[in-house]
Amino acid sequence: MLEQLYFAMEVFLNGLMAGVLYALVALGFVLIFKASGIFNYAQGVMALFSALTLVGIMDGQVPFSHIINATFGTDIHHFGWHVPALFAIFGTVIVMVLFAWIVQRYIFRHLVGQEPIILFMATIGLAYFLEGVGDLMWGSEIKKLDVGLPQGINDTIDQVTYEMFGYGFFIDNLDIVATVVAVLLVIGLVIFAQYSKEGRAMRAVADDHQAALSVGVSLNFIWIMVWSVAGFVALVAGIMWGTKSGVQFSLSLIALKALPVLMLGGFTSIPGAIVGGLIIGVGEKLFEFFMSSSALAGELFGFTISATENWFAYVLALIFLVFRPQGLFGEKIIERV
Amino acid sequence: MKMKLPAMALSALMIASPVMADLVFPSLSYRTGPYAAGGIPFADGYADYFTMLNARDGGIGGVEARVLECETGYNTEKGVECYESTKGEGALVYQPLSTGITYQLIPKATADGIAIHSMGYGRTSAANGKVFSNVFNYPANYWNGASGAINYLMSQGDISGKKVALVYHNSAYGKEPIRTLEELSAKHGYDLTLIPVDHPGQEQKSQWLQIRREKPDYVIMYGWGVMNQVAVQEAANIRFNMENFIGIWWSGSENDVLPAGEKANGYKALTFHGVGDDFPVFDDIKEHVVDAGNAAGAGDQIGTVLYNRGLYAAMLAAEAVKTAQEIHGVADINAAQMRDGMEALEITEDKMAALGLPGFGPSFKVSCENHGGPGLVGMTQWDAAAKEWTLISDFSPSDMDLIQPLIDEDSMAYAAENKIEPSC
Repeated sequence: MLEQLYFAMEVFLNGLMAGVLYALVALGFVLIFKASGIFNYAQGVMALFSALTLVGIMDGQVPFSHIINATFGTDIHHFGWHVPALFAIFGTVIVMVLFAWIVQRYIFRHLVGQEPIILFMATIGLAYFLEGVGDLMWGSEIKKLDVGLPQGINDTIDQVTYEMFGYGFFIDNLDIVATVVAVLLVIGLVIFAQYSKEGRAMRAVADDHQAALSVGVSLNFIWIMVWSVAGFVALVAGIMWGTKSGVQFSLSLIALKALPVLMLGGFTSIPGAIVGGLIIGVGEKLFEFFMSSSALAGELFGFTISATENWFAYVLALIFLVFRPQGLFGEKIIERV
Repeated sequence: MKMKLPAMALSALMIASPVMADLVFPSLSYRTGPYAAGGIPFADGYADYFTMLNARDGGIGGVEARVLECETGYNTEKGVECYESTKGEGALVYQPLSTGITYQLIPKATADGIAIHSMGYGRTSAANGKVFSNVFNYPANYWNGASGAINYLMSQGDISGKKVALVYHNSAYGKEPIRTLEELSAKHGYDLTLIPVDHPGQEQKSQWLQIRREKPDYVIMYGWGVMNQVAVQEAANIRFNMENFIGIWWSGSENDVLPAGEKANGYKALTFHGVGDDFPVFDDIKEHVVDAGNAAGAGDQIGTVLYNRGLYAAMLAAEAVKTAQEIHGVADINAAQMRDGMEALEITEDKMAALGLPGFGPSFKVSCENHGGPGLVGMTQWDAAAKEWTLISDFSPSDMDLIQPLIDEDSMAYAAENKIEPSC
């Protein structure tokens, strides 16, 4: 039984780490929804696009090379250089800011005042468009992403826990890095939102964009800024997930992991995204561990079930919704009639 | 003006009419979406082989081959739409390239009299030609793969009392080998653990923590798409011995191992065809297709696992056309004649050598009763330093004594359910 307890502790810790990765994706949704009321369906594709761009810049890949070669009969694929990760990340951030400007200038500026469902539909279109552009720009082969992040079992934790419990815990180095990055990101975002002039303007827009407009806050600037920050968050998520699996088009599906986190944490709270991610991560991992274990569920119920994580995350979120429709940290919904 | 009208009408009719003298091979490809990295090389290989036959030989038996590509995005509904929109073009054989699409097309294609070739995927029991008259899955199916993996492990040492874990995509495809592995477990005395991974498989921490706890001696994987890359990476993370990690052929392409880098070295995968580009046919592909600027893609996929699989599928289709042309004495065959050609197909070593593919695949003969071939499978291994797969075994027989009764049982159940009278 003691052994099962140690296993459960290991699963719990890994659930926390997985939750951080889910939260990284959910953060991008929260930022845009908070500032503009748009549920950005394209957030997962933004993570994919930013990761593709990062690898493309690092490897010196010529954008749109397939189209160029097919049109002009050339055979160019690479510039022949390799850009260090830090510079490539900087270059990608610039691309994501440009993307934010384009989105604002050519899509959402024309949709101000429209129903939320219209805005949501626009982001669905944006997702498909961005996925297609990413394919044309960088190709659809799976790309290895190596920005120097460590991966694999952390030997120190393995050794220390082995000496303490006689069982070495597995914690992935990449998950530890992701946790540190996520904590720094959240602290940075909270400080930005609370103490900077632009952050306060963003909150003002979130509260009442017409009132914010009347005191001289530029809606255009704030929305471009928010989409840029969401693009940066998408890049961070893309780096973490892309390092695990290679950069490939299924990266866009990570948005599926963010939805239960948002339902649970609330669509408007940055800390909510983190706490929601942690609850979902730990909840789904512990449930899977318990229900797939013949020594636990097998003994208790006489049967075991596996592959529960996908549906359990949504069930958990739905249970929370019954008691708190706005999520754990979401703003209370007040409807005036 | 009056005199010109009939001529104009005739011209318009000629332009509007489909070109009759060609052999149509629909390609239900997926060059977009989450699985594009796997779909593109297969589609390229499939198209390039027919392009080469047209350029080098003037087609097949003097009739040009026409590849009709339709994008499915690996989506079952779109796959069915593609079938409906292309079948009227004179389609000879469909490669659905998805188990889900295959299941949907089996009754439709059978009713339409068009053949399906689900090579290494789809409904395994379709190997019973007495029930599935229009479906072929030669030269190997999922159950041959499961048996091939166990046979390989037994060739490395006694498997009795060992622990084998099956990590599988939690779908109809991934569940295919379970019954076979359970039967083999009873026969050979190994302990089988089933570990499902939900679609798409980007998060597998629970599964690999379980593997770390239970310490299986061997892991067999039936995965697809991102599930493969994450599994190889997670196996490396927990320092699972890659020598003891075997993937089915859909988990054994360059895509699956390159993201993990050096850590993927030694990973193994089953196969039913050759690897690499050291075959004479590739010289012809380069000369007549790539250098001529007629490659389906950028020409950079030649020799990759999935390109070779697409090329192999095209080669088998072309050989079936030749067989049909011989049987019926016509060059411009129809779908029913193509089906006959597939049912009488015989692939020999001499034939493969003459095609510029010596030793590329197993020798086999299709019959009315057996649409699945003999189920010969080989093993490949990844060399991370050289970034290439190597065939490390011959194409060896799987346990047909065990598999055939399973095929019969499942196919007869299908026949009873669909009121099909088995016949040959």
